[in-house]
Amino acid sequence: MRLASEMVYSLEQMGRAVLHVLIRFAYALLAASTFSSAVAQEPSPAPTDGTEAEQVSEIKVGYLRAYAPQLALSVLDVPPRDEGVAGAEVAIGDNNTTGRFLGQKFTFQVSEVKPDAEVGPAFNDLVSKGAFYILADLSAAQLLSIADLAREKGVLIFNVGATDDRLREEGCRANVFHTAPTRTMLADGLAQYLIWKQWRRWVLVHGSHERDKLYAEALRRAATRFGGEIVAEKEFTDTGTARRTDSGVVQIQRQIPVFTQGFPDHDVLLVADESEVFGTYVPYRTWVPRPVAGTAGLIPSAWHPASEQWGGTQIQNRFAKAIGRRMLSKDMAAWTAARIIGEAATRTQSADPEKLEAFIRGDDFSVAAFKGQKLTFRKWNWQLRQPIFLGDGRSVVSTSPQEGFLHQITDLDTLGIDQPETRCVMR
Amino acid sequence: MLRRLTVLIAGFATAACIGSPASAYLVYVSNERDNTVSVVDSTSMEVVRTIDVGQRPRGITISHDGKFLYLCASDDDTIQIIETATYQIVGTLPSGPDPELFVLSPDGKTLYVANEDDNLVTVIDLESRSVRAEVPVGVEPEGMGVSPDGKTLVNTSETTNMAHFIDTATHEITHNVLVDSRPRFAEFKPDNSEVWVSSEIGGTVSVIDNRSREIKHKITFEIPGLREESIQPVGVRITADGARAYVALGPANRVAVIDAKTYQVEKYVLVGQRVWQLAFTPDQKMVISTNGVSNDITFIDVATNEAIQSVTVGALPWGVVVHPN
Repeated sequence: MRLASEMVYSLEQMGRAVLHVLIRFAYALLAASTFSSAVAQEPSPAPTDGTEAEQVSEIKVGYLRAYAPQLALSVLDVPPRDEGVAGAEVAIGDNNTTGRFLGQKFTFQVSEVKPDAEVGPAFNDLVSKGAFYILADLSAAQLLSIADLAREKGVLIFNVGATDDRLREEGCRANVFHTAPTRTMLADGLAQYLIWKQWRRWVLVHGSHERDKLYAEALRRAATRFGGEIVAEKEFTDTGTARRTDSGVVQIQRQIPVFTQGFPDHDVLLVADESEVFGTYVPYRTWVPRPVAGTAGLIPSAWHPASEQWGGTQIQNRFAKAIGRRMLSKDMAAWTAARIIGEAATRTQSADPEKLEAFIRGDDFSVAAFKGQKLTFRKWNWQLRQPIFLGDGRSVVSTSPQEGFLHQITDLDTLGIDQPETRCVMR
Repeated sequence: MLRRLTVLIAGFATAACIGSPASAYLVYVSNERDNTVSVVDSTSMEVVRTIDVGQRPRGITISHDGKFLYLCASDDDTIQIIETATYQIVGTLPSGPDPELFVLSPDGKTLYVANEDDNLVTVIDLESRSVRAEVPVGVEPEGMGVSPDGKTLVNTSETTNMAHFIDTATHEITHNVLVDSRPRFAEFKPDNSEVWVSSEIGGTVSVIDNRSREIKHKITFEIPGLREESIQPVGVRITADGARAYVALGPANRVAVIDAKTYQVEKYVLVGQRVWQLAFTPDQKMVISTNGVSNDITFIDVATNEAIQSVTVGALPWGVVVHPN
């Protein structure tokens, strides 16, 4: 039995590694068979590849998410019920197609909690069922609340949802990998394009919630970094009005022009409204005719549902066929995380968490994710380097880094907080 | 005196060589974006005809007698048959969904097609125009190579990152060889000894021993002034004498010329932007590259490995094949 032989091997190792394996082994024994092996596989026999495929080893992936129905200013922007989860499902299907050739089976289980709820019990439950890899779509606070617990249990967390820079900076953890980009990566990607366009004078309207302010802060940092100038700022305060009403459009058409009246001369109006309070209403309604960018208008993101470059058509088709809707940024972050686990299992030809982890942390690690180049981790905070898409609601306008934004290591490190500036002290 | 004469004769011979026109061939280029095939005369190096075809044409090949072109019309989920005498579409083949690349068996009777959306290789009998078999492979099958002896088919799967060896008699996978990220193309050496697999994102070409089915060498590329990430190998062609290989390097905008015995890169030939696929002329005097982003193809002289001329074709040229006579 594969697991038993790995046990023997691992017991020869020293220190914490032994403890981890023991814990993992114990959990594996406890594991209930509630994991499913997900979507999109055609039933097909394993190939006759010598002896390799005879023994099947199982790799369990958990998905822990904070979920509550969300409103959006446009009904088109209401997040689908399975946002993120669907991306992981497609990747698990992909991993299993590959796994057929290597005798590896990937299973997947989703656990949901309420936003801001305690996540410890749900986390412990997933781990007790044998999941050593947890994809997390949680708030920063929730994620931090399980990070240390996960380390004690030898569990790797992949953050697929939170864009908070603090999770990669002062809140960084050695066992938390981030496939979602940060706000600073998004803002830098956008800023590079605006500079490339020579649209250098910006005004900034931000919401009144914390995450809106963090997004605004990332835009300010990007301006300083790349030579943009924010000539004025204004806060749009959330007064708790209904998001959509029958007659709302009439009022909005009058309100937004007035709100944006009186700004000094500018090229672009930047919007920071992650909370969906006003951002969608800004384009085409400004006092002076100017393009809008940020969380509305031209939006930087980890993925675009219309991207067809770099083989993108293939993942888009596969996703649409399996899930029945377009692929969104969070789906891509989750797909990439689950594919990283699959890639590690394929390359090491192993299901041993220790070997997979060593591969993911290794110098040779990279993953392909339809973004035109291989993606690697920033080893100082385990953030996945990635190009940033810039798109409107319909199409991809550009991808950053832009031509001419150079870096001594990789141009992808012109996006977001770089190693010399990091506040991450890994623990 | 004798020496001078020799020099003179040698000079004469060279002049004669250059002076004699290479045979004229017709070059067919599939243009992914504008749904056409450009027909280019290899001597005048001009587009002589543009054929309207199905949507998103990519993989293109030609029957051994030169009478029919086969073309993957990816977005139409079909393979079109184009009669070269009339440039008319005379039929279709029952490919699976989203056909991208295929390869013709050495006897010209069977077409092996990679179906990206369904993780299948489809085996099509050309005479009856029917599907003979479907072989489940890894995620996003793409590259297709068949051994010159016709016994072995190699398919590469872009997300699984494997070269799948398929026995053409049984249609069963016999070996799976793990290669670097996004394997795009498989090309056998003429003596069946090796198959070369390019990895676009990995940036390498794996040379797989066809007997042991193991990687015996990995070719890497280095171009001064270019980032490692921008070197993305795609199309591979090996000369009929097995001495030299040409590898299209995608956004590196170059074709690598490789000594196929020592695996050393001899030269990088600058062609056009985003080089996808390659094809030799039947006399092997030229190799032609499709340059996707610059909308042209480049003729490279095999004797000197110099780019001779680029010719503007349709939008996003993808595949290329040359008429056999």
